[in-house]
Amino acid sequence: MQIYLPIAEVVVNAFTLVGLGGIVGLMSGLFGVGGGFLITPLLFFIGIPPAIAVATGANQVVASSFSGVLAHVKRKSVDFRMGWVLLAGGLVGSSVGVVFFNILSRLGQIDLVVQLCYVIFLGLIGAMMLQESLRALRRARRSGPVKPMRRNQHGWVHRWPMKVKFRASGLYISAIPVLLVGAAVGVLGALMGVGGGFIMVPAMIYLLGMPTKVVIGTSLFQITFLSAYTTLMHAVYSNTVDIMLAVLLIVGGVVGAQFGTTLGTRLRAEQLRILLALLVLLVCGKLALDLVLTPDDYYSLTPGVIG
Amino acid sequence: MLRALAFLVASALPLSAQGIADSVLARPPETIVADLSRDDVEITTSFDGSDIIIYGAIKRETPIPDAPSLDVIVTVEGPALPVTIRHKERRFGIWVNTGKVAVASAPNFYVVATTRPLEKILDPAEDSRFRISVPLAMRAFAGAAQVDDVVPYTEALIRLREEHDLYRLDEGAVRLAEQTLFRADVRLPANLMEGLYATRIFLLRDGKVQDTFRAPIEVRKVGLERWLYRLALDKPFLYGLMSLFLAVFAGWSASAAFRRFQNR
Repeated sequence: MQIYLPIAEVVVNAFTLVGLGGIVGLMSGLFGVGGGFLITPLLFFIGIPPAIAVATGANQVVASSFSGVLAHVKRKSVDFRMGWVLLAGGLVGSSVGVVFFNILSRLGQIDLVVQLCYVIFLGLIGAMMLQESLRALRRARRSGPVKPMRRNQHGWVHRWPMKVKFRASGLYISAIPVLLVGAAVGVLGALMGVGGGFIMVPAMIYLLGMPTKVVIGTSLFQITFLSAYTTLMHAVYSNTVDIMLAVLLIVGGVVGAQFGTTLGTRLRAEQLRILLALLVLLVCGKLALDLVLTPDDYYSLTPGVIG
Repeated sequence: MLRALAFLVASALPLSAQGIADSVLARPPETIVADLSRDDVEITTSFDGSDIIIYGAIKRETPIPDAPSLDVIVTVEGPALPVTIRHKERRFGIWVNTGKVAVASAPNFYVVATTRPLEKILDPAEDSRFRISVPLAMRAFAGAAQVDDVVPYTEALIRLREEHDLYRLDEGAVRLAEQTLFRADVRLPANLMEGLYATRIFLLRDGKVQDTFRAPIEVRKVGLERWLYRLALDKPFLYGLMSLFLAVFAGWSASAAFRRFQNR
């Protein structure tokens, strides 16, 4: 069924969009990532103009992560206090990121910076997670039931002032590193046009030392709000949210997110992390190839006059 | 004296495009009478392109001349927008955008339909006067060019647009009967933008334009499409909130539905 999108001004197949939404929703529920790093390139691929893809992708992420959050709230695997603090940092970071984005666009080469950001961060995070979770899995196999990994109780994060008790995460740490993580992810997210879940999740696990099960719900919680903010900014300042496109993606996305969350409870934390690591590396590999392989056409068109 | 002045002014006029058209068509022996099958196209949710028939006749006071044969060119031109053409080169092993050319105004859609191959029926001088062929559809560069040679860039623009079926040269698509009646079927693609589309008809003899005819086609969104489009532009904050509400509602209802389904 072909459908004309009012803002994007292109015709696309409605079922393709529902399917795309479903796949991304599944990832979202399963891993606690918003799926922005998947949906945006996928929308480019089917011919949606980039600006519309980025903004509408953010809108879709709101729906699928909200649906995921509700499922996690039910299972009490959301650390709300942690989520609010991360969000506070995230909103500041995201606003700073938008300013950076505009400066880089004026200088030219924003595409390259974004692509390199993607390749570097996805590559680093994917490789780190894969290595760590494979080791954890091997250890678990060797010695039967896993002893809960002893987190670094008195690392650098624990000496800072403004200590807050994050009960759901079982942490008593300073709010400052949490705010910083939120802000850093916000900057990168705005630069790369994504919610930043795929950076947030490993940062929560490895930097803040949160347990994986709480990480996913909490990450989804803060992504819901952060991408709602991004969507609104795009709608107001660049008129690039296509509600028709969003609805189709959302229909697939919310169903996918529910399946993803259910599937997530059946898998062990290490397996989840291996899968996310592989997915991240896959997207990274694809983007790296785009940079290295000879393009089909040396020329490309961008609407409007740039710089 | 006054008359002499008027003559001077009149002879200076042909510098402008309209002036050229007027002087050429001072008293054309053959003129175009034409119409379109429709002068507005409504974009609905299920819009998948539209066919427009441009038809007409050639009106003469005298019998059909013997000499060089008659040809008709029909063009349909979409709204013009600025566009930037970028060029990639390999630097340090990766492909980087190195050069760009900004075009201030290029139509997003341009079709030229003719009775016979264009180079046989159209004099190049006439082409540049009336801007008929596809490469002449582009208007102006935005600012000074930052590259040595803009030709490969503009060629790329035309090539890319042709690949997406946005620019097209349909030689032989205009049917001409008895050197009098003509008809062209022009397909407007599904990925159509809103705006005024200009139709032009050129009557040619021996490569020279004898008469021109213009008619607009209004392409606009209607119903839900129009409402959403206007809302997004006029009340963006409300539109944004609506998008968010929709997302949250969809997320909640899927979650609720799924829970009920699982509890059963």
